[in-house]
Amino acid sequence: MSETTTSNKNPGRAWRFALPLAIFFALVWFMWKGLSLNPRELPSALINKPVPVFSLPQLHDNTKMLSGADMKGKVWLLNVWGSWCVSCRYEHPVLNALAKKGVVPIVGFNWKDRPEDAKGWLVKFGDPYAFSVSDLEGRVAIDLGVYGAPETFIIDKAGMIRYKHAGPISEELMNETLVPLIQGLNKA
Amino acid sequence: MATFIICASILTAGSLFAQTPTPTMPPMKPELEARLRKLETELRCLVCQNQTLADSPAGLAGDLRREIRLLAESGKDNEEIKLHLKARYGDFVLYKPSVESKTWLLWFGPFVLLAGGAIITWRVTRRKIVAPVAGTEISTDERQRASKLLDE
Repeated sequence: MSETTTSNKNPGRAWRFALPLAIFFALVWFMWKGLSLNPRELPSALINKPVPVFSLPQLHDNTKMLSGADMKGKVWLLNVWGSWCVSCRYEHPVLNALAKKGVVPIVGFNWKDRPEDAKGWLVKFGDPYAFSVSDLEGRVAIDLGVYGAPETFIIDKAGMIRYKHAGPISEELMNETLVPLIQGLNKA
Repeated sequence: MATFIICASILTAGSLFAQTPTPTMPPMKPELEARLRKLETELRCLVCQNQTLADSPAGLAGDLRREIRLLAESGKDNEEIKLHLKARYGDFVLYKPSVESKTWLLWFGPFVLLAGGAIITWRVTRRKIVAPVAGTEISTDERQRASKLLDE
């Protein structure tokens, strides 16, 4: 008697082979999927939430303050950086290019940096920022859920955080994601 | 130790960490220190992601420890402090994830699998004990032949 006739007689028998095979393929799929994930990248808890209330001294003139409320009614981009941050240097030319396009005001959030170092850095590499604020103690950064630099937020006219990117912005990300998103939010 | 070395090497590379040190604060009461020390072991450092806030040498961990202390000194209890950080950094900041509908699989999945395994094992072993093995029964004819052979 051949193998096929026995399994036809007993459908439970076919299951005994199919089920472990299905489980095996499910495992392979999950493992394969796991390879393409970046475990260091954390989803932001602040997406679609209002930007935290803050008031910080401006980098170039610490007697002037800037708060999130000052940006209300505009779509704006908040870029967290520091002169101590290597990836920020890599990202900087992209921000300069974005500033040149003039699609969005960029607010520089200078995180735990010496103001003189930060100012020197901007003179050397160019200043793409419409405004720069400095968070010397890093308390506002905690409210923003910042865990590394650079990080970039896009905030809409109502002051809601719509997008966050951890790590340097590439030219590709700017052209394919950020600019269309900003243009969409501006139309809304 | 290995995570410490990895963390320390990232630290010296300086790409992820702030340079201005966390401002020093006056010493705190021993009971508050003990309470916060325990709380810090239940929270994750966002930079050295496999370390607790208590163990991490990262600059951000220092900032978060200070933040926790300020919250505690303003009268917040441990649960409120955890919620405060969770609102900013998401579930990831908690070393022990909270029990919610989306974490049910994480919390109860292993027990479900264990129960499933136990049921299968029980059914398989029971079948082996109860089911007579085919061909072991002998007919009366055979029995007579056997006793006849034994008598000889």
